[in-house]
Amino acid sequence: MEKQSKRDMSRTLQRRENISGYLFMLPSLVFFVGFVVIPMFLCIGMSFTDANLNAKTATGFVGLTNFVNLWQDAKFLDALKNTFVLVVVTVPAVTLFSLWVSSVIYKMHSAALSAFRCIFYLPVVTGSVAVTVVWKWILDNYNGILNTALKGAGIIEKNINWLGTSGIAIWCIILIMFTTYVGQPIVLYVSALGNVDQTLVEAAQVDGATNFQVFWRIKWPQIMPTTLYILVITTINTFQCFALIQLLTSGGSGTNTVMYYIYQTAFKLTEQPGHFGYANAMGVMLAIFIAILSAIQFKLGKEK
Amino acid sequence: MKISSGRTKAYKVVSFIILILLAVLFLFPLYWIITGAFKPAADIYNQEPVWWPTEWVAKNFENLFNKRTAALFSLFGIDGPTGPAAIRWLINTVFMSIMAMILTCLTAALAGYALAKKRFRGRAVLFGLIVCAMALPKQVILIPLLKEMSALNLYDTLWAVIIPTVGWPFGVFLMKQFSEGIPGEILEAARIDGAGELKTFSTVVLPMVKPGIGALAIFTFINTWNDYFMQLIMLSSNANYTSPLGIATLQAEGSVDMGLLMAGAALASVPIIIVFLIFQKYFTQGITMGAVKG
Repeated sequence: MEKQSKRDMSRTLQRRENISGYLFMLPSLVFFVGFVVIPMFLCIGMSFTDANLNAKTATGFVGLTNFVNLWQDAKFLDALKNTFVLVVVTVPAVTLFSLWVSSVIYKMHSAALSAFRCIFYLPVVTGSVAVTVVWKWILDNYNGILNTALKGAGIIEKNINWLGTSGIAIWCIILIMFTTYVGQPIVLYVSALGNVDQTLVEAAQVDGATNFQVFWRIKWPQIMPTTLYILVITTINTFQCFALIQLLTSGGSGTNTVMYYIYQTAFKLTEQPGHFGYANAMGVMLAIFIAILSAIQFKLGKEK
Repeated sequence: MKISSGRTKAYKVVSFIILILLAVLFLFPLYWIITGAFKPAADIYNQEPVWWPTEWVAKNFENLFNKRTAALFSLFGIDGPTGPAAIRWLINTVFMSIMAMILTCLTAALAGYALAKKRFRGRAVLFGLIVCAMALPKQVILIPLLKEMSALNLYDTLWAVIIPTVGWPFGVFLMKQFSEGIPGEILEAARIDGAGELKTFSTVVLPMVKPGIGALAIFTFINTWNDYFMQLIMLSSNANYTSPLGIATLQAEGSVDMGLLMAGAALASVPIIIVFLIFQKYFTQGITMGAVKG
């Protein structure tokens, strides 16, 4: 029907449609083009320069220098490694956990369902700063409830410096990140599971399928688009994780990430020549990594 | 059959218990913020765990309010009366979130309707661009954004946070999803009745996408409130801080007064949690709609 009406549309009508369409788009386009699209191109452009906070010392175009230097920068490589650890652990953990929670709660009475959904969403709403500040206290070496409670229970004898020890700190970050990331996936899975075609499920049960078979053969394929979406957004979120790192460890004890290093390079290491260009190059790399990972996830999802 | 149903029952009981334990874990930070905000110093520095305040005191809030001061508001460059900076931060955060919310809903409702129902040239390209931009990490464009804001003389104002938030295309995407549901016949009928474009939009389209606007409004409000990174980059003076930024700054400055920090965290998070609880239904809807075909 759409095609039909399009063919029937006379030229003047099409022109009217163009004008009114763009007029409706205009307010949004001003913001979108001005403050998303243009900065995007500026970011790419700046990554090939030695731009500085102090513009006078910059010489301009430096070609691929920033991108070459990145791969010789031990700090960047370390940050990249940590970021991948975060992604590899957090993304599957968040996805599986939220799928499990949702499958337990989605059939509950609506009051219980919304209570649980709310509780798991609370850390997101509380905000990364408030959550981080309170966790920093909970994990505090001298004064944190975790150490005092574990000591009181006789589980540990000496205080553990949770955030100051390499190898432990990153797991604390992962745990906290986990609590702030599962809220949205749970909401999505609950609604996806609720939309699974019940007649198929019943038919399979009549045929004697076990719960596991029903899940794997009928529900899982139907919630696949949701799973894909969750994988992609969790990956993006994990790459962008910033407040936790900045406020808990400042990138110390083996928790430096690419995002935090970008921030440091751009806004803290302002003495370093060409720091804006370098930070932008890292930003471009980060965007490329995210694009590649999302593409892989989509491809795997499609094959299933 | 019997064995299997017995096992199912056991699984249900066990998973329910695990669920309750997890709920406790997820609620604990909030519980700890609120009780911590009202604990006397003796409780906070006790080497034995104090799970419940021995006495509820307002001292932490007093300390927070006395820590820094700022003009309570500032209109057209004229400062209002001086008061606790923490209150100013809260006022800033509310103003910033409301402005971002209104502008986002307005621009996104118009654009979403056009993308869904207007067959203008370049529509597909534009929509593709919007979807691509959504997958981009927002933070990578912050350096150019910062330069733009300084060039526009908006750096260190709340507008430097509001404007890029409005530009973020998620809202347009969401409103397009909602506008798809408007039947073409109704729009046609309005046109035959002689209603102009704007009249059609305000009397026919707007009432039909109201749930979408509700969802987007609450979504934008909460996300703007909590967008710490953007606030950190764009705001630099005490009087322009937001609550999350203010609390983070107090902590970063090495404040070890946990009671004070908890009072600050409570002030930054409890209002937004209340807003969330009130509008929860819309919020859930918005998240789900935004993901369809995402």
